[in-house]
Amino acid sequence: MDMLASLLPAGIAVHAPALIVVIPLIMAAVAALMPRGIFAWGVTLATAIAVAVLSLNILGQVSTGGVISYAMGGWLPPVGIELRVDMLNVPLLLLVGIVGLLCVIYALPSVADEIAKKQQSLFYSAFLVCFAGLLGVTITGDAFNVFVFLEISSISTYTIIAMGAGKDRRALTASYNYLVLGTIGATFFVIGVGFLYMATGTLNIADMAAVLEQNGHDRVTQAAFAFIVVGLGLKAAMFPLHVWLPNAYAFAPNFVTAFLASTATKVAFYALIRFVFSVFHPEVNFVAMSFTWLFAVVGVIAMMVASVQAVFQTDARRLLAYSSVAQVGYMMLGLGMGTAAGLSASMLHLMNHALMKGALFMALGAFALNFGVRRVKDLAGLGQTMPASSAAFTVASLSLVGVPLTVGFTSKWYLVTAALERGWWWAVAALMISSLLALAYVARLLSAIWMETPPAGKAGLAPARRLAPWMVLAPMSLLAFANIYFFFHADPLVGLARAAANAVMGGN
Amino acid sequence: MSPHLILRVVSKLLIPMIVVFGFYVQFHGDFGPGGGFQAGVIIAVAVILYALIFGMDEARRAVPPIVVRYGAALGVLIYASVGVATLFMNGAGEPLNFLDYDALHPDQGHHTGQHYGILLVELGVLTTVASVMLAIFYAFAGRVPDIPDEEW
Repeated sequence: MDMLASLLPAGIAVHAPALIVVIPLIMAAVAALMPRGIFAWGVTLATAIAVAVLSLNILGQVSTGGVISYAMGGWLPPVGIELRVDMLNVPLLLLVGIVGLLCVIYALPSVADEIAKKQQSLFYSAFLVCFAGLLGVTITGDAFNVFVFLEISSISTYTIIAMGAGKDRRALTASYNYLVLGTIGATFFVIGVGFLYMATGTLNIADMAAVLEQNGHDRVTQAAFAFIVVGLGLKAAMFPLHVWLPNAYAFAPNFVTAFLASTATKVAFYALIRFVFSVFHPEVNFVAMSFTWLFAVVGVIAMMVASVQAVFQTDARRLLAYSSVAQVGYMMLGLGMGTAAGLSASMLHLMNHALMKGALFMALGAFALNFGVRRVKDLAGLGQTMPASSAAFTVASLSLVGVPLTVGFTSKWYLVTAALERGWWWAVAALMISSLLALAYVARLLSAIWMETPPAGKAGLAPARRLAPWMVLAPMSLLAFANIYFFFHADPLVGLARAAANAVMGGN
Repeated sequence: MSPHLILRVVSKLLIPMIVVFGFYVQFHGDFGPGGGFQAGVIIAVAVILYALIFGMDEARRAVPPIVVRYGAALGVLIYASVGVATLFMNGAGEPLNFLDYDALHPDQGHHTGQHYGILLVELGVLTTVASVMLAIFYAFAGRVPDIPDEEW
């Protein structure tokens, strides 16, 4: 940790919280000026490396020196905008930074295949804006600023999803649907923040919590709570507010799907945790009620319904998208337990799910890149024609089911332990059933890949083996490997998740 | 003798005044109502009026789409580089935070630095807003077929 903290010279390290948002934002403008896609990609890669280094440095600083508070423009909080990093948002910064970097490496071949040459620099520019927005939501300590960054990331997300239209025109309607729903979500969220401002007279998250603790919770804060939960729930694809997600993931460019699936909903989920635990106190009556009767129930329903829906999908990416909704259900269940163990299991699953879905969507992207496959039945025989990518896909999908020796098992183990601690046997049963359903849809994918014969090539020739480009293979294999590695070395991720839960629950 | 003579003459008179008014709003922004956003819209309106009266092709020749695209990015860069500059200028010895305008004029106290800072930042806002307004207008206006003169 000391090594990470001294990764950067002190002069830069002091400003790391600002730079991690500012660099992608500036580079987005630079990328838009680039005449060719490859240069814009270079700018994006440099930015992603810088962000990954900064996020590691911030992790080092927070672990050694405690909470970082950075006053934007020298205006001290609670009046000015504060950037605030504690153990809860550090894992998210790391996740967005490092998975973002891997996705950007993966992007070059994938984007070259899917986006028109003329639009590539603008595509990278929009991606960087989205990247900056997600980092901004994660790092800011100001409730209204959360809204601003949420909108920055969402609006650019609509754009980059719509750019899948080059391959499939349905990307336009998918993006438009997301735009309408996402805007409704943002509106709900900002109404909630408005109510909170009315009740507390401040926008700083820490200050809000202090004022609420002093004044108690009245009707206005209850309304604020409801609006914020619905607004952020929509962004985090909380069941039944997830309807925008399957199509958006299915028709976006592959790189975008891989990036969004492993970061965007996670960041919205983080914001939800931040508001529920840090602003509203978890021991207040209506918040405690919402845990059991809203988050846990909604989580369990999502685990069941979305998993069943996933079993019957024909499009491979839609299948995984429904599975993502189910996995958000797991996280909601962990949150709904309302205990430190539940929350840390939920945070652990959040990180692990990013590892799984990142690898899975990258592998589907590799299949699409080489053979243009999208439907489940077109995956037939890819185990023979693309063995390396198929192996990575297999590891990640086993992790999705929660097979031992993969991180999926670790996070489900912690969820089950937390549920038992709370005495929620029904939640354990739900976890088991949902895992079996996951096995059902994963089996469909894997049996198509490994058991079926590949379609014969032209003139009856044996189907050719095709290796994905190394820029696709390397990040994908790394994520797949991480799925196994973090089972055997669970301490770093479990430690981060525990520290995150303790940071908001006030335990030790 | 071109049609819409009155429109053309009047708008030719108006357009420079609209631009001047835009700059007035821009530089008034740090004392009272106004600022880069409104000024950007007003300046974009001048070009849009030009496009309405003289046609899209003329407007595209006057303000080419590539300028609009670069302008949009440039504005963001102006804004952000003010912030980055404050990081490096380190006014009066102690390190200052991102966008702390005091660094811009450390000798003359708090107010001057803030004054320059807000003007520079607003300049960035002006550039981006004007460019984006025009980009949106070009994108929409470029799609519809031109209305023939008989249909006016």
